[in-house]
Amino acid sequence: MATGLVPSPTPETAPFWEGTKAHELRIQQCNSCGKFYFYPRSHCRYCNSTDVEWKTVSGKGTLASYVINNRPTPPFDKETPIIVALIQLDEGPRMMSNIVGVEAKPENLELDAPVTVDWEDRGDQVIPVFRFAEGA
Amino acid sequence: MAGSMHKGNIAIIGAAETDSVTVQPDMSQLELHAQAAQRALSDAGLKPSDVDGIATTAIPFEVAHHLGIKARWLDGTMVGGCSYMLHVRHAAAAIASGAAEVVLVTHGESGRSRNGVGPYGASPQSLTGQFEAPFGATTPYSIFTVPAMAYMKKYGLDRSDLAEVVVAQREYAVNNPRAMRRKPVTVDEILADSTVAYPFNKDMICVVTDAGGALVVTSAERAKDMPNADKAVYLLGSGESHEATLMSQMEDLTSFEGFRRASQEAFATAGVTHEEIDHLMCYDAFAHLPLYMMEDLGFVKPGEAAAFHKDGETRPGGRLPTNTSGGGLSYTHSGMYGMFAILEAVRQLRGEAFVQQPNVKTSFVQGVGFFFGAAGSLVLSNQQP
Repeated sequence: MATGLVPSPTPETAPFWEGTKAHELRIQQCNSCGKFYFYPRSHCRYCNSTDVEWKTVSGKGTLASYVINNRPTPPFDKETPIIVALIQLDEGPRMMSNIVGVEAKPENLELDAPVTVDWEDRGDQVIPVFRFAEGA
Repeated sequence: MAGSMHKGNIAIIGAAETDSVTVQPDMSQLELHAQAAQRALSDAGLKPSDVDGIATTAIPFEVAHHLGIKARWLDGTMVGGCSYMLHVRHAAAAIASGAAEVVLVTHGESGRSRNGVGPYGASPQSLTGQFEAPFGATTPYSIFTVPAMAYMKKYGLDRSDLAEVVVAQREYAVNNPRAMRRKPVTVDEILADSTVAYPFNKDMICVVTDAGGALVVTSAERAKDMPNADKAVYLLGSGESHEATLMSQMEDLTSFEGFRRASQEAFATAGVTHEEIDHLMCYDAFAHLPLYMMEDLGFVKPGEAAAFHKDGETRPGGRLPTNTSGGGLSYTHSGMYGMFAILEAVRQLRGEAFVQQPNVKTSFVQGVGFFFGAAGSLVLSNQQP
């Protein structure tokens, strides 16, 4: 288990974090306008409808942007660079995460390349991370 | 008084910084507020008892009581580093509507020595605590920087373009005895230095300092009777806006809606054109910010700000002298830098800057807060329209 900060769910975000424990990426979709949105909340961010539903999404997306954090602060391991990444999910929303499975070097990090979700145990939670898609 | 909060009806009549804006391990954050406030009042020729309004990112009545001020108008707006642009704007509205007459705006931050400062970091239940901090985005250099690669890819830029911003602003800092980083640098030297958060090397990231600054705001009418009347700086226009607290929710990673909306309102309320702006302050915690700002404010077209810097247009003697103190990258950056952007604009408009630019009549000041979260814009002039 990698060291780092552990998220603590609120009532509105709990379904997201229950999903990660089941290794499912669960995002809300609006039944009124059809759009997926992130982060979790009681209403659609686009049309304000409260007719919203949790869906398990594909876990596929692309790398939208990143920095290689060479100076992580405790409780993260100070010696291990972290690829802090913005992931554009295929369903529409963007979320912050990490790229794992490659050495933290710019030449390994092609923007807009396809990525898929993976899971990392963190304290009593599981956090969603991403790795470059196989055969992409 | 009643009337417009813009168009030169409100004036900054006092302005000052702490003795030093670099390293002050012997002062607490509250004392940095106090020293800057006392100096600004002294600059305006006023006493604490003349002040009836207070605006600050700290607890406003803590600062007021500390200074012996009995305020009837309090503004604790805290939207990060651009809060002070909003304070000036709110003070102008309050003065124009009669809710206050003389407003003191204060900043103090022991950003380097951390004296009298609360703990740093997001609650694990907050949005950032759940959806950003667990991924190692816990410091300004690992949050504010994240969109930059997308911006650079879109416009075919590379790290040397970030370094060019640093080089341009360092030309001012070299001749500013109060600046933290004063050594001349080249693009190659910057790129050879250590990488804090790729693509950002050390000098592309702001200095970390202990500093305070304060402003005294009143009506132009009242300013005319004050000893500093000939140094009055008038508020022509202003704007404020925002997007999200989460970096992931920035709508377009290559342009900040906050800059676009706040600056448009500032230009519209001031009734001035871009051609009438002689001087620009762009809140620069990181080297990509002046690039985003110049484009979002409309001084150049999208994708052209890097070339504008490289061509020397922002440097001393350039078409649009920018961040003329050296900015957050070289002058000072206590954490919430916005106050120092306003203070440098005031110095340029008064003709008192360390690296004074010729013929500065109108200055545009753009702030940003909580990363690409909030924005505040001011149009200031040394002449009443």
